[in-house]
Amino acid sequence: MMIKKPADIQSSEITPKSLYLNRRKFLAGAAAAGAAAIAGLSLGELVSPSTIVQADAKIEGIKKSSFSTNETITPFKDVTNYNNYYEFSTDKYEPAGLAKNFKTRPWTVTIDGAVDKKQVLDVDTIIKMAAPEERIYRHRCVEGWSIVVPWVGFSLSELINKAKPTSKAKFVEFTTIEDPKQMPGQRGRVLDWPYVEGLRMDEAMHPLALLCFGMYGDALPNQDGAPLRIVVPWKYGFKSGKAIVRIRFSDSQPQTTWAEMSPREYGFYANVNPNVDHPRWSQAKERRLGEFLKRPTLMFNGYDQVASLYTGMDLKKNF
Amino acid sequence: MIRWFKPVVFLACLIPLALLGWKAYSGALGANPIEVITHATGDWTLRFLLITLAITPIRRLTGKLWLIRYRRMFGLFAFFYATLHFLTYIWLDKFFDVHEMLHDIAKRRFITVGFAGFVLLIPLALTSTKGWILRLGGKRWQALHRLIYFSAIAGVIHYWWLVKADIHKPLEYGAILAVLLGYRIAGWAGPKLSANKAKSLREPRFEVRQG
Repeated sequence: MMIKKPADIQSSEITPKSLYLNRRKFLAGAAAAGAAAIAGLSLGELVSPSTIVQADAKIEGIKKSSFSTNETITPFKDVTNYNNYYEFSTDKYEPAGLAKNFKTRPWTVTIDGAVDKKQVLDVDTIIKMAAPEERIYRHRCVEGWSIVVPWVGFSLSELINKAKPTSKAKFVEFTTIEDPKQMPGQRGRVLDWPYVEGLRMDEAMHPLALLCFGMYGDALPNQDGAPLRIVVPWKYGFKSGKAIVRIRFSDSQPQTTWAEMSPREYGFYANVNPNVDHPRWSQAKERRLGEFLKRPTLMFNGYDQVASLYTGMDLKKNF
Repeated sequence: MIRWFKPVVFLACLIPLALLGWKAYSGALGANPIEVITHATGDWTLRFLLITLAITPIRRLTGKLWLIRYRRMFGLFAFFYATLHFLTYIWLDKFFDVHEMLHDIAKRRFITVGFAGFVLLIPLALTSTKGWILRLGGKRWQALHRLIYFSAIAGVIHYWWLVKADIHKPLEYGAILAVLLGYRIAGWAGPKLSANKAKSLREPRFEVRQG
């Protein structure tokens, strides 16, 4: 597979955590200034919001990655307080509170389907399968907003290679935990639980596809998909399942949750594509959280190196 | 009613805007302030439309005739928040990109219907004065102002069509609207009010069966 790497980023160009944690205050101030201007208020002292920092879950030995972007990292506070996590709530501001006591240990992941041998692995065993890397990725939601997140994890292919799928494996399916006792959103039928997402094998094997267990140098916060999630940066965010409990290999395309719920609006591929609108809204632009003006959305979210996966496919049909 | 009551209600109607302004000022609008502003102004438009539509039924059911004096104010606040909502869209969302807006209005049905709901409110706001009631005559004025029914229906559909999966909030608005419009339909279709009671409500004349 031809893999085009982005221009190397010197480690000096990567923002140290202390700096971007400070920057968030500035950005919050800028956003507030903009909004205050809108509301016709004069500007005075801007009250800086309280900072939430996870102190106890540092991940050691994180390597840098050449896949990282050098774009401004979205403040931690935004990435942890603005979440689409319907298992907890359809309100983006609620998962942060509702997921506070979510139990992420003990946690096992079942690996089955078209594999040599079905396995039930402890999440801590999986996390130790390869060295953790920081991958600073753009993350584009199908709703039209985007963030830049310093995820921590390693290529999903590392796990897949160890899972030893058989030649029958053409697709891989990721299932999110179903536990209505802990997840109030699952007590209603907003979506058909459990949440299922999937990838074609060649997509899953692409080194950009990330098995993720941390962000901002620490373990994943519960509201961002702890203890283990998938991150597929060239696809809309809903493809990146959270709190994974099962990884199943199969010879047929998985029935994925959003595509089942509204096949006209959400496809199996869901590649970020500014030229294919959502039936109800345009995908040409996006609002990067913290920015005032919308920016143009890039094909494959700017990850052109995946284009070869889709050679000869009509991406308007396979949206 | 006590004379100072009306200004108090007026100021109370501005609280949602003041809260938004305060949150913006204190940096409490969260990760996506523009989305919060869009949703808040949209929500308050619908709420004021429903409050406006609730005046007549409540007035009839409770006999508190003075309520009529607040209907215009609530209606104008619905228009006020709708205007803020629309401005948020053209300024903060589309940044005055006229081409893109026209494209949106033509192509995205939730925007088409929301825009229609807003446009329907404009003549109502313009003719909300006593002078216009006299100029048009009570009957015609009243007929014109029934446009608010369609505006409210459009508003609920607009909300319904834009949500991704969780329709419970538009459903709540829809249910309240159904009750308020149902009350009127029942009034038209069912047995008329006793002549005496209707007469007692006829003050001033154009307010009979007011929207």
